[in-house]
Amino acid sequence: MSYIIDRRLNGRHKSMVNRQRFLDRYKSQIRESVADAASKRSITDIERGESVSLPTKDISEPTFHHGQGGARDMVHPGNKEFVTGDKIPRPQGGAGGKGNGKASNQGDGEDEFNFTLTQEEFLNFLFEDLALPNLIKRRLAGIETWEWQSAGIVSEGNPAKINIVRSLRAATSRRIALGMSKRRALREKEAELALLLSQDVCAANVARIAELREEITKLKLRLEKIPFIDTFDLRYNHHIKVAKPSAQAVMFCVMDVSGSMSQATKDMAKRFFLLLYLFLKRNYEKIEVVFIRHHTSAKEVDEQEFFYSRETGGTIVSSALKLMNEIVTARYPSDEWNIYGAQASDGDNWSDDSPLCQKILTEQLIPALQYFSYIEITPRQHQALWLAYEEVQAEHPDHFAMQQIIEPSDIYPVFRELFARKPA
Amino acid sequence: MTEHDNTANFISTGSEWSFPLIAEYDAAIKDIAHNEFGLDTYPNQIEVISAEQMMDAYASVGMPIGYHHWSFGKHFVSTENAYQRGQMGLAYEIVINSNPCIAYLMEENTMTMQALVIAHACYGHNSFFKGNYLFKTWTDASSIIDYLVFARNYIRKCEERYGVPEVEALLDSCHALMNYGVDRYKRPYPISAEEERLRQEDRETALQAQINELWRTIPISQKPDRNQDNARFPSEPQENILYFFEKNAPLLEPWQREILRIVRKIAQYFYPQRQTQVMNEGWATFWHYTLLNRLYDKRLVTDGFMLEFLQSHTAVVYQPTFDKPYYRGINPYALGFAMFQDIKRICQHPTEEDKHWFPDMAGSDWLATVKFAMQNFKDESFVQQFLSPKIMREFRMFSVLDDQKKDALHIGAIHDDSGFRQLRQSLSNQYNLSMNEPNIQVWAVNLRGDRSIILRHVREKGRPLADSSSAVLKHLHYLWKFDVHLECWEENKRISTISCTKEGVKTYTH
Repeated sequence: MSYIIDRRLNGRHKSMVNRQRFLDRYKSQIRESVADAASKRSITDIERGESVSLPTKDISEPTFHHGQGGARDMVHPGNKEFVTGDKIPRPQGGAGGKGNGKASNQGDGEDEFNFTLTQEEFLNFLFEDLALPNLIKRRLAGIETWEWQSAGIVSEGNPAKINIVRSLRAATSRRIALGMSKRRALREKEAELALLLSQDVCAANVARIAELREEITKLKLRLEKIPFIDTFDLRYNHHIKVAKPSAQAVMFCVMDVSGSMSQATKDMAKRFFLLLYLFLKRNYEKIEVVFIRHHTSAKEVDEQEFFYSRETGGTIVSSALKLMNEIVTARYPSDEWNIYGAQASDGDNWSDDSPLCQKILTEQLIPALQYFSYIEITPRQHQALWLAYEEVQAEHPDHFAMQQIIEPSDIYPVFRELFARKPA
Repeated sequence: MTEHDNTANFISTGSEWSFPLIAEYDAAIKDIAHNEFGLDTYPNQIEVISAEQMMDAYASVGMPIGYHHWSFGKHFVSTENAYQRGQMGLAYEIVINSNPCIAYLMEENTMTMQALVIAHACYGHNSFFKGNYLFKTWTDASSIIDYLVFARNYIRKCEERYGVPEVEALLDSCHALMNYGVDRYKRPYPISAEEERLRQEDRETALQAQINELWRTIPISQKPDRNQDNARFPSEPQENILYFFEKNAPLLEPWQREILRIVRKIAQYFYPQRQTQVMNEGWATFWHYTLLNRLYDKRLVTDGFMLEFLQSHTAVVYQPTFDKPYYRGINPYALGFAMFQDIKRICQHPTEEDKHWFPDMAGSDWLATVKFAMQNFKDESFVQQFLSPKIMREFRMFSVLDDQKKDALHIGAIHDDSGFRQLRQSLSNQYNLSMNEPNIQVWAVNLRGDRSIILRHVREKGRPLADSSSAVLKHLHYLWKFDVHLECWEENKRISTISCTKEGVKTYTH
């Protein structure tokens, strides 16, 4: 008799533990590989798995086996022209190189061990040891984010929530407590009765015996009258409404699109925004992104326009910050939303404008924001905007960070620096 | 029974499989296997799995239940990668030497492939596991699943108690020595998981007591016995290095000894499979070929079924010649299948040559002869005994002597009258595990001094150890925890010594 079993539905991912152990073991090498990939990758495919290669010798499992050298007799199939005693030059690739089945099973013959990380694993490595600064979750005023939580046992409630075990336990203890004195009296009387009955019969005793018997009956009756369960005993499971911390965040991408920003600079900015977006997405259930681009005036746009349409003209950064502030006030009250701002620019600004930017940031935006990061994508000298922002950073080191990016490979390290987990 | 039944009663005509169809094919194949050919098998447990699950099964090297270790993850990752890139296809089946015999079928297979796999695994391999003397002697089909469960639970408990890194490091060292954890002469006997657990507890205490005795430093008597001091330990060289370490390594904890034992046991379980690749695959291929042809004779399968089957059968037994880029040595399926077919031919239609080479076999009952061959040999002796000149001619075999001392390769024997015997001897040696693996044994332990251990490698035909040996030595040092020396000997001369001490590995040439 054969048993035929369909196993397709159970036991998937049986190797997950082993796979994870393998990744853990080569963490540092994989991390390097991931960092490499993050800085080299094109913008659109950052959210996919990554192929990683490790040197085979690093991960090999050594065993005792024969090395090259010595004499070896091998039988091969497919002889065409050889006869006994022929001498043929040793083929390139060393001794016994051709057709050694055993060796090719073990050694793979490759120098690199290649495999693919899943997207999840890739992002885990990418954002490892990073933390969102100021992760003080703001609370919502509205009722949508209330959550029911179990809050112990209470003595009042509706019948559907009766906790039977606790109710019966309460009943038992009440019955014990209420019957205590009566049972004690009963025991004493019964003892006295037993004593009297064992003594000689006399008039006084007979009267006392009758009296005792009556009292015993009464006590028993009263004991029986203690109710098995009383409303007083009932216990109910209690649930309370808890305000759920807001799990929503909004991310403002602010970018300079003036004539001085080339497509390459914008690409770099986009990669940075993308990293930020992926990172936030891992921390919040719901995320909205607002794109603001500006030259001399700012405009809220969609993603396509944000990254790809070209504009020319001068630069007034404060226009973007003003618009951002307006949007925050109108649509994203800071008690409901975790607000993140990221600004990318090449550092150009109308020189009178920089103090104004500083003012808007410190007075209006930063109090409402969780974190504002500024990246300057330029190989040139810093200008007024950078200097102004430096003051902001000095004033609000916990809520404001700035970094300079010169080439694409800087993006990921700078990102890591901006969001590095700081010792508490 | 009429050989060709004219009324066709096909089991199925399409390529889609279903569970009822699998059951019908299984019943039909079983009927032929048991009643016509008298194959003796364990009961079958046929499990249908997905590709992903097949990769899981690959990764755990065919153990249905395995303990956790990163190296299995590595195998899984590389299989998955190769499969997803289309660099390799997955096997159609995996079969476990257990009772009942578990066979995994891939859901992607067509009905024909499922029938092929059932014939191959459930009746071919299965009867091999049950009949071959090596499997009978060294493995216990009925207790292996139990033992693997015990092993996994035990190792998991160790991880909880001593931490994953500690256990993993130990397993690394054990795996490095897995091929040297095989008992070649003593027969292990079957026990259940519960028994195993109880015995493990006893073992733990008893073993520690024994070790303490061996390494005690307080002198037993005032006058130490001179003879005892000079006595060699071990009294004879030991080939089962893991066993020797399990019993004698001075500083291992009881749980560590138990893990050594587990790895050793599993190595032992797989040892017969490593020795019977050609026979096992050849036998299974021979039977799927025979059984499915019988199905066809009985008009149970269609012509289309046979064409699909023959196509995939031909691919399985294809032997590329040595000069093809994808040549990977002799294909065990091809050689094994050819040899079993040839035995049948020699029995049924012997030529003059066969009568000269195999006088006992020529003309005898073919079924009894192939069964005798399956039951009583391993690859090495099977080739030695049954490889006929006809096969050597068909494969156009030739031997090549590759001597590092000479500039050119020398062609030894070829498939001609003067070469057959030598060719057969060479091929037989090629399947001899003890010639393929370096001969390394525990030679001596310095009991009273620095507690160092000396191992000896005896070179075969001047073949040196690979460079990875020093890494293995580190693993040995990890287990022994005192100095480890590996001496390499050739023709009674010590050539070099690799030593692993606390300072690291050093190689000395003598």
